[in-house]
Amino acid sequence: MEYTVDGKTIPADEEGYITNLSDWSPELAQVIAESEEIEMDDERWEVVNFLREYYEEYQIAPAVRVLIKAIKKKMGPEKGNNKYMYELFPYGPAKQACKIAGLPKPTGCV
Amino acid sequence: MSDVKKFLYVNRKAPYGTIYALESLEVVLIGAAFEQDVALAFLDDGVFQLTKSQETDGIGCKNFSPTFRALGDYDVTRLYVERESLEERGLTEDDLQEIMYEDEDDDWAEKPSICVISRAEMADVMAEQDVILSF
Repeated sequence: MEYTVDGKTIPADEEGYITNLSDWSPELAQVIAESEEIEMDDERWEVVNFLREYYEEYQIAPAVRVLIKAIKKKMGPEKGNNKYMYELFPYGPAKQACKIAGLPKPTGCV
Repeated sequence: MSDVKKFLYVNRKAPYGTIYALESLEVVLIGAAFEQDVALAFLDDGVFQLTKSQETDGIGCKNFSPTFRALGDYDVTRLYVERESLEERGLTEDDLQEIMYEDEDDDWAEKPSICVISRAEMADVMAEQDVILSF
């Protein structure tokens, strides 16, 4: 798979996770989100940015349970719950949001 | 859940040069996602995995040592380090990175995950386990 941003080709694996993490840009995130049929808004950007910070600090993409717990700690229970997160990312908050954030597939996802 | 088993992942190898250390950590994270009771043991050269200020640019490997600090988020809060293995390598607890977790049952107080124990105590820890996986 690959994405095209500003005429540039960005390689990705067969599931759509980009190959080189350094290829990521907010514009690319928009393109990936479109291919996932997700419209990026402030709430979704908040999660994507959170994941990028988490990766920067710990060098891993967290599993969904860990992500939701971490969001709850940082942003409160009204956001850190399954319902809210699955409304934002219906195909799995960790999987889809990590893909948009340009991170590897979360460890523990099969 | 009544079928939670006690898993101990035993790490005996240096962090880089072989894939064992990284693979062990990946398996730990996967195992923890399935809500098992997971603890880690570090002995022999495995104690080098927890040293602070690792710098891997020169060897072209990803420095995965920051990932140990995420273990608390996965409810992995016990990292046993063998004192004799540290001493044999001229290391002390001060050479290891600080790894904390938040205790849910104690008002989220921050507590250290690393526990330096003697070789004899390590044997006791191993005796308590249902499953021991060695890397």
